Amino acid sequence: MSGLVTIVYYAMTAFAAVLLIWNFIRGKRWQDEVLYLIVLIPFLLRILRLK
Amino acid sequence: MMKTRKALFAFIGAVLIVFSGKSFYGSRRLKEPVVAGPGITKVRKLSEFFQGIKGSINDANVYVLEGKKPGGSVLLLGGSHPEEPAGRLATWVLTENAVVEQGRVFILNSANRSATTVTRLGGAYPPDFTIKTPWGGQKFRMGDRWSNPLDQWPDPEVYVHYPTRQELAYVDVRNLNRAWPGRPDGTLTERTCYALTKLIDAEKIDIVIDLHEAELQYPVISAIVAHQKGADLAAMASMMISGSEGFEIGIEYSPEALRGLSHREIGDHTGAISLLLEAPEPFLDATRGRTDRELLLTGKDPFVVRAGKRGLLFEKIDEKGWPIDVRVGRHTSAILQILEVWSGEKPDRGVVLTGVPRYNEVIKKGVGAFLRDPSKADKGSLHFE
Repeated sequence: MSGLVTIVYYAMTAFAAVLLIWNFIRGKRWQDEVLYLIVLIPFLLRILRLK
Repeated sequence: MMKTRKALFAFIGAVLIVFSGKSFYGSRRLKEPVVAGPGITKVRKLSEFFQGIKGSINDANVYVLEGKKPGGSVLLLGGSHPEEPAGRLATWVLTENAVVEQGRVFILNSANRSATTVTRLGGAYPPDFTIKTPWGGQKFRMGDRWSNPLDQWPDPEVYVHYPTRQELAYVDVRNLNRAWPGRPDGTLTERTCYALTKLIDAEKIDIVIDLHEAELQYPVISAIVAHQKGADLAAMASMMISGSEGFEIGIEYSPEALRGLSHREIGDHTGAISLLLEAPEPFLDATRGRTDRELLLTGKDPFVVRAGKRGLLFEKIDEKGWPIDVRVGRHTSAILQILEVWSGEKPDRGVVLTGVPRYNEVIKKGVGAFLRDPSKADKGSLHFE
């Protein structure tokens, strides 16, 4: 059961990362883009199983 | 213009991920050598006692030292909380130097190996530290109090301890010293405790000594925390240490209402006496300054000293700090005194060790003097944590 929950959490993390990348691409203000990028980094590190 | 800006930001982000990712990857996979000392007779795996952790990161090495004369059995746990490195270093010193004359000693240098592969998230801890040795130096992973989220994730809203159902802080679901006695179908941390409980039962362990360090603002410090079964042993050892080793150590009785801790659950659920040793580690204090390798190894911090002057600490500190040699020496001497008292009281279940440096010797020579050079080790005696 806990293994399944972990998989769901990784899927949620990937989904959030996609949303952040999408917002980064669609963003108009440079401040927003920097914000999306900073928030994105820990999501990517978790998906890549680095931290 | 906008596309160029986005490309530049994306490049900077990629560089940050590569650099940070490389550091995290290297830290998680750093191989820490252990040169089996003259007393090691076997190196087993923890999964031999419970298959449920086989192949996991917590399938730790169990170093076994056996004496020629039959006697009792002792389990020494280093690395229950790897961010308290004196515990791991003390077991390392024993693994590489101790010889058992009577009885048996089981040693884990990394009781929660997963927790050795991560540092406190957002804490800006150093990923590793190096102990100077006569042959150069040996690098160790810094580690954390909790299992790595890469190995056990997510945390629940509230951690419900098994089997008492006591509600504990959510993050302690990954705390090895809140998961005793463990369960076979639980989380990785619970399964690790279960495997250790099975080891204690299978090998008829008489005493378990769990090695820790504590911040100076924590009231349980410089102490032997004892289950009621080991209260007399701890009291006698405390007196012997204070009288002959050159440092003071108190006794704390394991509270019955606080569940999941080794000093409580091992004593309740197995035949062993459970003791936990706490040494002072200013690195962990909330009022510390820069959290770097120097603070970790010297235990010197002006902010913690200032807190002490204002009466906010439960242990003294001055400009000399709490160097790692002092903290490791406290553990080695406390272990020796506990075993000497035990062996005096129960000669047929005695555990007699030689070759282990005491407090004054560790301080005089430095802990690095008791680490063996892996480049000169026989292939069969070299192991990795």
